[in-house]
Amino acid sequence: MIPTLPQEWRDGTLDDVLYLCRELAEDPTFPTVRAWRAQGGKVAGHFQVYFPEEIAHAAGLLPVKMRGAPLEPGIADSHFGSYLCSIIKTSLEAALSQALTLDLFVSHPICDAARNLAAIWARNYDYPCQILYLPQNPNSAHSVSYLTDEYARLQRVVEQVANRHIDAEALTHSIDVFNRNRALLRELYMIKRDTPWLLDAADAWCLVALAGFVPREEHNDLLENLLPRIRARQARREDRVRVVFEGGFCEQPPLDLLRMLGRTCYVVDDDLLIGLRWLTEDVSVDAAPLQALARAYIETSSYSPVQHDLRKPKEHMLLERVRAARADAVILAAAKMCEPGLEEQVAYTQMLDAQQIPYFVSEFEENMTSFENLEMQIETFLENLQFA
Amino acid sequence: MSLVTTPDALVGRANRDGARLFRDWFATLTQAAEEGRRAAYVFVMGSMNEILKAFDFDVVFPEINSLQAAVRKVAHDYLSEAEAAGYSPDICGYVKADVAVQMNRGSHPMGRIPKPGIAVLTNACNTYIKWAEIWSRMHAMPVVTIDVPGTRDRADLGRIDARDFANDRRYVRAQLEELITTCETLTGRRFDIDRLRETMAHANVLTGAWRALIELNRSRPAVFNALTDGTVFLGVANGFRGTAAGARYFSDALEEFRHKAAHGIGTLVDESHRLVFVGVPCYPMFRRFNDMFAERHGVFINSTYLHFASGGANAGFEYDLADPLESLAEGVLIGVRAAMDSMFHQDLMLEEMLDDYGVSAIIYHPIKSCRTVSTGLADGRGALARRRDVPSLFIESDMMDRRVVSEAQMKNRIDAFFEGLASRQHRTAGHT
Ligand code: SF4
Ligand code: SF4
Repeated sequence: MIPTLPQEWRDGTLDDVLYLCRELAEDPTFPTVRAWRAQGGKVAGHFQVYFPEEIAHAAGLLPVKMRGAPLEPGIADSHFGSYLCSIIKTSLEAALSQALTLDLFVSHPICDAARNLAAIWARNYDYPCQILYLPQNPNSAHSVSYLTDEYARLQRVVEQVANRHIDAEALTHSIDVFNRNRALLRELYMIKRDTPWLLDAADAWCLVALAGFVPREEHNDLLENLLPRIRARQARREDRVRVVFEGGFCEQPPLDLLRMLGRTCYVVDDDLLIGLRWLTEDVSVDAAPLQALARAYIETSSYSPVQHDLRKPKEHMLLERVRAARADAVILAAAKMCEPGLEEQVAYTQMLDAQQIPYFVSEFEENMTSFENLEMQIETFLENLQFA
Repeated sequence: MSLVTTPDALVGRANRDGARLFRDWFATLTQAAEEGRRAAYVFVMGSMNEILKAFDFDVVFPEINSLQAAVRKVAHDYLSEAEAAGYSPDICGYVKADVAVQMNRGSHPMGRIPKPGIAVLTNACNTYIKWAEIWSRMHAMPVVTIDVPGTRDRADLGRIDARDFANDRRYVRAQLEELITTCETLTGRRFDIDRLRETMAHANVLTGAWRALIELNRSRPAVFNALTDGTVFLGVANGFRGTAAGARYFSDALEEFRHKAAHGIGTLVDESHRLVFVGVPCYPMFRRFNDMFAERHGVFINSTYLHFASGGANAGFEYDLADPLESLAEGVLIGVRAAMDSMFHQDLMLEEMLDDYGVSAIIYHPIKSCRTVSTGLADGRGALARRRDVPSLFIESDMMDRRVVSEAQMKNRIDAFFEGLASRQHRTAGHT
């Protein structure tokens, strides 16, 4: 594994390391990816939401989550029309401005905009630009078998890019590394849920986001070091409303918005960067690896507005999330111009109304910079709850 | 072929017959609604009409209902009603118009729309999936998704990797079989493979004629207007796919337009500019939009709309009736994939048309409502411009929402564009 984090991080205090994580998560020049490349590593950029990173990892590629960037889409703008979410534009901007250099780009059929992205990318770059057709009908009895073969197809592309054959042993090892990562992320979310005063929403997001652009072994190392230190913190519990933030499955709200939430309430669960936590259990290391990954995608995965599964009506899944997190209220956000997110808001509000769970509906854009109004509205909403 | 028609009576027949078929269709739907029968809700990109007609379902195409609401100038009321119910101004207007129809017990300017007894959708547009989720919450009926994996990599367009294709076909076939099982449960009828053969045979006639018809517009002058006549063709091709009436309509249409081609009879317009339309039409001012080009002697001779909104009929896949299910799976895969390609890789399709159809300019019409069609248009336009020197116009508006359609602004841009075209032609003439 090629190290990408500044090696002195281990010597820092917890606050120092969290500061470093924030800096890295907000850095539009992706220094860890540059460090990887500088040492001869190749990069597989995968657009939101879920991507079987193990396959890229097993070939020695660095899987990088394309989740937009805090960039003005100055170059990318001319490639798009007006009515689009921001992440589509800033992801391309990251490539066009050479902040990110890739060897492979993969998009998914999550929404109408994202499916166009692979074609757009391919018109601008010579390396393979693909759609990984994750099944949109997981209710078909044939979906696991289809997905296993689709993963095998992806594996062949990855092997070509990496110029390296992936054997079952390498893949199983990668699954193992990612299982460890999933377990650590579950633990991080347990801290958010059980002791939210120990880890604020913005820091939690940064810790998760890093998984999207540092090698996973390094990320495991980081979390293994930090989580016990976070648990040992001496922070005082405050009388704050416990909220679930829903609407961050794809485009991410700006960090300042999460900071603002961190000042006003406890975010005890959310769907931010859900793709990194998509598989909710360990993937079997005893079965054929591609099939195990396919089965996990279909059988033991989370939910989002861009995945369609008749067994998991999203509004019921949200209700489960709210109950499991013992939340008092929900912030129902959607990225501006995000068709699936905006559509889902209707079903969510209807369910929350029926269950008499308070909620606050809002839209965001990753590049928004002014939160005064929003902060006031959210504060008022929360005060109403606390003093009703 | 009709034996009693004279050549004079031939001209205009497709439009008359199309209007009649449409009236009949909506009359049937109204009757079904009034009798409390439920219909199959489907979409234009992969309707599965072949299977549904084999079970005698009435089919409803909510996209067609919505565009009809816009053409009949009532879309804004529908949009307002859906927005008042919480649907965002920034989502697809077709969805919102339909939500309003559902909230008003199927009331629609063309009749009454029955409730859905089943919804069948493909992933050709992701909004289809979200839309069907809305119905399933409203009406608690089965939703069957036929997930059709599209082209993975632009570099593979037109190439078939046998191994990957076989995997995709197995997946599609399994889903078709699951759809059949759901239809059997719903109707209490056993699946009859010979009925399927019948509907597929009708679809074969329709598809063959469709492809020939589109290709006829290579002739000069163009024999039909791809935007106005084309929308009638699309309505029939979707609503009547897999039926004898649909097959007959397109055989007749082919006869009419071959006759026009043979006799040099063009559209109503004195044709100076042969235009290709890219995107979804501007239904809130459907005729007027076309007129703004026709007044300048521009004729729409082809469109990407004819390709994707026909569910990829242009791929011209002919079913093998000896092995219906396998062939249907293959046809659905090829057709729906072609529909998706004509949206995502539109620049390649346009490039092919340029010489074949003698295209003088391309009119891009990205719309607010539809990211499926619109997201890649600016980039595709840029890429095509780097490869070929073809004038193009880029006008953003909507296919439903008149709030983002400005006729005056549009007219200015179109006028300026034609001025540019004229001076370009002048320059070119000067150089030859
Ligand atoms: S934010 Fe929404 S519209 Fe944009 S890419 Fe993500 S899912 Fe698609
Ligand atoms: S998003 Fe576009 S393709 Fe999809 S239903 Fe709406 S108009 Fe049709």
